[in-house]
Amino acid sequence: MKIMDYRVNEKGYYGDFGGAYIPEMLYPNIEELRNTYLDIIAQPEFQVELQNLLKDYVGRPSPLFLAKRLSAKYGANIFLKREDLNHTGAHKINNTVGQIILAEKLGKKRIIAETGAGQHGVATATVCALKGLECVIYMGEVDIKRQAPNVARMKMMGATVIPATSGSKTLKDATNEAMRDWINNPVDTHYIIGSVVGPHPYPDMVSLFQSVISEETKKQLIEQTGSDQPDYVLACVGGGSNAMGMFYHFLEDEKVRLIAAEAAGLGVNSGHSAATSVLGKEGVLHGSRTLLMQTEDGQVVEPYSISAGLDYPGIGPQHAHLHKSKRVEYVSITDDEAMQACMLLSKLEGIIPAIETGHALAQLEKMELKKDDVVVICLSGRGDKDLDTFMKYFNL
Amino acid sequence: MNRLKELFDQKKNNILSIYFTAGYPEIGATLKIAEALEKAGADFLEIGFPYSDPLADGPVIQNSSQVAIENGMTLKILFQQLKDLRSRVSIPILLMGYANPMIQYGVANFCKAAAEVGVDGVIVPDLPLSEYEELYKDDFIKNGLSNIFLVTPQTSEERIRKIDSLSTGFIYLLSSSATTGKDLNVSDAIGDYYQRVKDMNLNNPLIIGFGISDKQSFDRANKYAAGAIVGTAFVKTLSDSTNYLAHIPSFIKKIKG
Ligand SMILES: Cc1ncc(COP(=O)(O)O)c(C=O)c1O
Repeated sequence: MKIMDYRVNEKGYYGDFGGAYIPEMLYPNIEELRNTYLDIIAQPEFQVELQNLLKDYVGRPSPLFLAKRLSAKYGANIFLKREDLNHTGAHKINNTVGQIILAEKLGKKRIIAETGAGQHGVATATVCALKGLECVIYMGEVDIKRQAPNVARMKMMGATVIPATSGSKTLKDATNEAMRDWINNPVDTHYIIGSVVGPHPYPDMVSLFQSVISEETKKQLIEQTGSDQPDYVLACVGGGSNAMGMFYHFLEDEKVRLIAAEAAGLGVNSGHSAATSVLGKEGVLHGSRTLLMQTEDGQVVEPYSISAGLDYPGIGPQHAHLHKSKRVEYVSITDDEAMQACMLLSKLEGIIPAIETGHALAQLEKMELKKDDVVVICLSGRGDKDLDTFMKYFNL
Repeated sequence: MNRLKELFDQKKNNILSIYFTAGYPEIGATLKIAEALEKAGADFLEIGFPYSDPLADGPVIQNSSQVAIENGMTLKILFQQLKDLRSRVSIPILLMGYANPMIQYGVANFCKAAAEVGVDGVIVPDLPLSEYEELYKDDFIKNGLSNIFLVTPQTSEERIRKIDSLSTGFIYLLSSSATTGKDLNVSDAIGDYYQRVKDMNLNNPLIIGFGISDKQSFDRANKYAAGAIVGTAFVKTLSDSTNYLAHIPSFIKKIKG
């Protein structure tokens, strides 16, 4: 049997998805990136700087932790890939460290980014402070309220946080505003997109920077279990960057079952959901052809999730392809299921995860696991930013 | 014969085009505004079909799109409204919008419907040249529709030539890399860029857009191009939703002088 091709082709597509659907104003920027990103990333001095920063600044490799009490509860061997232990508390910094070095090599002086939960905004503000570059973060007005600590962190590190007040005032609208900023400042500015979304080459570039997650996981699995072939690999999906990083080096190994958890919000058919793989149709959003939630007339539907990081009406084009080709199984997890999973992990392992991550953890309830099964879950972030939501939800 | 081509054959300068969003300020406004604009002296029109996430637009056109969607405007309804277009309006008409609504409608169906109601061309800023060429060009040509591409100060000469070769109506020259409605300070560098494109002697006429809001900016554009497009400044005058038609003649007069 021929192995399916899950990687980007020379035209910037994953099967039917991807491309660069951008206005002409952004063409020179995207073209510059497309022509240079692979060469720049391959340069020895780029790699030396990246590896040093990942080790000494981010704190990599992140541990792969065998969660014994969680494993006992579900009757399997459950490993947590601890991206929550990275500097700034989530996987997002793997990408911003890579892109900031790239931006420097391209001679850019000003950095812009969108953020939902604020984790990507914080990770961007962090590397901008590190490099002394101007930093402007767009964040939906709704998210600014529900992730206040992250807004404060960005400000402390010198970033300007601009509220996105259009549309649903969440991640989608913050992304629109960031793209508009880039259109108006095309020469000196680099846009650090925070997930595997946007026009080619962003999805490929971001997944490359996140692929360190599965690269390390394979080595750690060999050390701890003697095999680099787990039975299941799980991650949550907003735009899909922690999942792409977690899946990256397992894609061609079809024996490894890959599961991606989307936010069902109040329920897939409740009208308050962000379960794109179920509710989405093929379309174009933020520069790529992908699956997105939309009306019959092609208007983007406003998503809902209790977790700001999953509150996005699309998924990255590679995910759309992995869904269509059935290489990855996409599941939907409600707000309540995710919140209970966060509480459970806190009680059983002393680890408070981000609500986004709770969506991946909640899938454990629904799996029929065997005693010898090896399960790896990407613990994409820590729950500090979500304490307010936990306090309200659980009446703490 | 394509009305756009006819216009450009007859008129080489001072062409005035106006953009407005279909369904704004009220759902039934589309043809009334088009009629009034023709009467007031506009040479051709761009009718925007709204999209929820208009990346290349500033706050004024974003707002008009959002209101239009809230008013119930869809592509289906727009094509129904345009059934009477050619009994009421004779100047060239372009549809302008984003790729996603067009793709949901089906590009082939979209082109057919547009041609049937007498639309002459389409502007879709986020439809890339390469995808147009590979996937959709035949649908446009088969239906006699011009596809209009944008050029910015950062567009390379090679790419401008390529755009020229794929264009069949005119080339939309942006005064700057900007979202619509941005206050642009018109510098000498812009004049240099207009001149540079003008000196390329392209096959297609040039129409300048973005930042054109009064007689001064309109006249300046006409030094280099066949005409200019006014969008945001016009959409602003429509915000008086009870009496919007009344403002149209004076608005056009103000631009043309
Ligand atoms: C902890 C955490 N996990 C997951 C996500 C979702 O993003 P992605 O799907 O790109 O990994 C976010 C986004 O903010 C996040 O903060």
